[in-house]
Amino acid sequence: METPVYPAHNYLSNGHGLKSWLLTKDHKRIAVLYLISISIFFLLGGLFAVGIRLELTTPDGDLFQPDTYNKFFTLHGVIMVFFFLIPSVPAVIGNFLIPPMIGAKDLAFPRINLLSWYLYVVGGLFTLFAIVAGGVDTGWTFYTPYSSASSSTNVTATALGVFIAGFSSILTGLNFIVTIHRMRAPGLHWFKLPLFIWAHYATSLIQVLGTPVVAITIVMIFVERAFGFGIFDPQRGGDPVLMQHLFWFYSHPAVYIMILPALGVISEIVSTFSRKRIFGYSFVAFSSLAIAVFGFIVWAHHMFVAGITTYAAMVFSFLSFSVAIPSAVKVFNWAATMHRGSLSFETPMLYVYGFFGLFLIGGLTGLFLATLGTDIHLHDTYFVVAHFHYIMVGGAIMGYLGGLHFWWPKMFGRMYSEFWSRISAILVFVGFNLTFFPQFVLGYMGMPRRYHMYPDEFQVLNVLSSAGASVLGIGYILPVLYFAYSLKKGEVAGNNPWGASGLEWRTQSPPLTENFVEVPTDIPEAYEYTPQVIREAKLV
Amino acid sequence: MPQQREAAVLGMWVFLLTEVLFFGGLFIVYTLYRTWYYEAWALASKSIEIVPGLVNTVVLIGSSLTMALSVRAAQTNKRKATVNWLLATIVLGSVFLGIKVYEYSLKFEHHHVPGASFDFYHHADLLGETHEEPASGMTMGRAEINRTTQLFFSLYFVMTGLHALHMIVGVVILFIIAWMAHKGRFDSEYHAPVEMTGLYWHFVDIVWIFLFPLLYLVERH
Amino acid sequence: MRGIPLFPEAASSFASEVDALYLFIVAISAFFTVAVSVAVIFFGIRYRRRHADEVGAHIEGSLPLELAWSIIPTLIAMVMFVWGAKLFYEMRRPPAESLQIYAVGKQWMWKFQHQGGQREINELHVPTGRPIRVLVTSEDVLHDLYFPAFRTKIDAIPGRYMPLWFTPTKPGRYHIFCAEYCGTKHSGMIGTVIVMEPQQYQDWLAGGASEGTMAERGAKLFNDLACTTCHLDSGQGRGPSLKDIVGKAVELNDGSTAVVDEGYLRESILNSQARVVKGFTPLMPTFQGLISEEGLAALIEHIKSLSPQAAAQAPALVPASAPVSAAGTPAAPAQGARR
Repeated sequence: METPVYPAHNYLSNGHGLKSWLLTKDHKRIAVLYLISISIFFLLGGLFAVGIRLELTTPDGDLFQPDTYNKFFTLHGVIMVFFFLIPSVPAVIGNFLIPPMIGAKDLAFPRINLLSWYLYVVGGLFTLFAIVAGGVDTGWTFYTPYSSASSSTNVTATALGVFIAGFSSILTGLNFIVTIHRMRAPGLHWFKLPLFIWAHYATSLIQVLGTPVVAITIVMIFVERAFGFGIFDPQRGGDPVLMQHLFWFYSHPAVYIMILPALGVISEIVSTFSRKRIFGYSFVAFSSLAIAVFGFIVWAHHMFVAGITTYAAMVFSFLSFSVAIPSAVKVFNWAATMHRGSLSFETPMLYVYGFFGLFLIGGLTGLFLATLGTDIHLHDTYFVVAHFHYIMVGGAIMGYLGGLHFWWPKMFGRMYSEFWSRISAILVFVGFNLTFFPQFVLGYMGMPRRYHMYPDEFQVLNVLSSAGASVLGIGYILPVLYFAYSLKKGEVAGNNPWGASGLEWRTQSPPLTENFVEVPTDIPEAYEYTPQVIREAKLV
Repeated sequence: MPQQREAAVLGMWVFLLTEVLFFGGLFIVYTLYRTWYYEAWALASKSIEIVPGLVNTVVLIGSSLTMALSVRAAQTNKRKATVNWLLATIVLGSVFLGIKVYEYSLKFEHHHVPGASFDFYHHADLLGETHEEPASGMTMGRAEINRTTQLFFSLYFVMTGLHALHMIVGVVILFIIAWMAHKGRFDSEYHAPVEMTGLYWHFVDIVWIFLFPLLYLVERH
Repeated sequence: MRGIPLFPEAASSFASEVDALYLFIVAISAFFTVAVSVAVIFFGIRYRRRHADEVGAHIEGSLPLELAWSIIPTLIAMVMFVWGAKLFYEMRRPPAESLQIYAVGKQWMWKFQHQGGQREINELHVPTGRPIRVLVTSEDVLHDLYFPAFRTKIDAIPGRYMPLWFTPTKPGRYHIFCAEYCGTKHSGMIGTVIVMEPQQYQDWLAGGASEGTMAERGAKLFNDLACTTCHLDSGQGRGPSLKDIVGKAVELNDGSTAVVDEGYLRESILNSQARVVKGFTPLMPTFQGLISEEGLAALIEHIKSLSPQAAAQAPALVPASAPVSAAGTPAAPAQGARR
């Protein structure tokens, strides 16, 4: 076997200096810009989480002032949801890989791609300004009338930040939709596409259809605060619950913006490390679209105790179960893919195993919240907190980290330390369960979320959760170190270190600015694994 | 080139879909409150001067026509005509915005801007007019009218304000496109930017076609 | 510390039902988690890569399997849905003989009012064995009245009455939490519900001296606000007679009907022109801002006392359809903090 050589010409060597990055139209460079910026926000959001977990080690609320604590969980939520999770997989991994995966040179609108990164940054700066100017304490949900009339913190700046970042998300989705429709290599029809692309297509639909609704909701909160208008103000006959309807019409589908791309990543990794075609390709593909569509008709399950009628509650409960089915179908198909595969267990696959555990628990605990009888008790308790962390951290971040480890050699042409990355994957899995599993119990015990102080009997589980969080923290910091180290010192990866199928592995690592020397024309079926494919992968 | 144009057209339609949902949120709020507070809606809507709104509707429909003519001119390689029709569209768009400013200033004068100084009958009081009797079968107290008509005017300002913002953006884009057309950037082969601008401009016009009856004509049969 | 508890105290008739449903879903979830985990771990061992060039078998998929693992979970989910919906339906239907309590949330305390006139803050005394119906509202922002031991909660929304009910079964002291984030001292907005044997409860009621029952205080307000000048019992006044109206359907000016319940009464006092009884001119001024939440509740109790036989009928269960404005006093914090 030949030793691969690091290619002299690639997208990283094509131009140096700040200007070549800040004015780039190359989707790969924009992906790297996103990678850097969302990592910074992840760190910031993580710091707020540290504050939360430290405070909750004792029942008394003795470490921070209540207002400080309230700002911590608000900013943790705002940053993690809008500035990390929503852009994470699409804007970094999707941005980098969608064009090479479909045999294109770039996205359909490279300038708009750059614009959407700038919008993200400007939105982020507004939020940072809100933090520096004293923070915001409404919770990431911005419920009125607290957010519009009562809170005396920087709601306006934060709302503007989220509004602007929302347009970044819309433009990314728009770009992906058009790219997937119009830029596919000749002969690459829809059912030859990697499932990663299907997942991103479904995600983009949600971004384009859902985000404008939350944007207009935020505009209405904004005018209420800034100009004294009163659209949701009960003092003037407005309805605060209407705001919740509009908010969740977007924000429930937004959960699928965070999770669907991660599900796409899992499909790629499972197939590659099983060297086997995805079991039930079209079922996995259409389940992504089904999740995106059903995601829009379940929003009111966030409002079972907020005064919707008994019958409306029943309808929304019924519909909520409909989202569970396509998610279950995906999990079963991945498991079936492993059956009679040829399985190996490098780091990306460890993340898949971790993902299985966490996503299963996260998804199944959703059933408790879709079921009306149990949701009344569990609504707004730590059970909900644990549930959505299992989905959004367990699902989305495991997918994001798995994807990053999977495509890192493609993105930067070098391998990271396999030893340390395995350690980190295990730490993340163990730490995560230690942190969030106790919170299910706390929730059923009745501990409400967003509590700064709590009754003594909840302390043991809270201490356990905080201890787990410290393990989780180490698991998150390790990749920063070994990834950074690998950039210069890592082994040269070669075009296709995993022996994966898929067009992106046919080009060099890191790819050329235009991705391919010539656009691939002999398009195989998706996930075609034959001994010949593996041997060829090793040659290049 | 054709692939690029198709991409641009698809992108524009997706963008307009986003816009539909953006305004859609407002229309939902509007519809709900209109059902709950119909009397206040009728009363507040009647207090708006109809003539400027009517003129604006005509102006905007006219601007859609000039926009369409400029796209036609671009397609048929008529550079001069393209620029002129674009300029005509800009003029009509600006007239619309000017009238809008005048309407807003009336609202300030009449204390019809939501907030601390809102007073639905301030203007009528000033003129010493007797209060117009609301629709049959109801007599709301002054406090009640002030409370619920404020909701109407909040939505009035948000809806027309966002529409006006879209108009301003549109006029800026028209200037750029007109300048590009003047420089001879477009011909019968390549004129996607003119078409895209046209799509956007027509969309903004259509939004107004909905806004006008919803805000100005609640109980004027 | 007696180990880590897994369940909160079970002190209402709902508690065991919710716990049973919860355990059912726990069992289903555990089954699927274990089944899939065991499967993927087994595949990981059984089908581990044995030599470098090995590839997996070529399998496209299987329609019967896809159908099986779509339909079976759907059926299981439907069991959960029906069970949960049934329980929920019950939770939304307070029995007729319920004891009535009014609760008002404000930053950051819970105020309770009993029909007998007793008022409590952050403490609530209730007897065992009787259904208790609580009408919840808020003076400022959103709150949520949550009784973990009773397994039930409801949002407190300014401008609306939200109904909640439970039957306490076990004497003791249990938590009251605010479960909807409401600002600085959200976590301090907690209290204690004290469940007592009926006899002790009677003693407590007797000990709680007050300025008369809610209905009596309401009657006084009814006079003070000059309601009596129009609402004559004879029905000949400018407003409809309020005798024996609660629980009945009345025809409205626009031809529709409305059932007279607390939500309707509340709306008619605060937003008097919203739904006017047929045949009457809408002359009544709005009492928005002129009456406190406590006063409003007392007034409603007074009006209800004018319909003695209505107590035997099922009380209303859904909140008023259209929200009416909050009756916050002008000094309410919501206004003080504006801008």
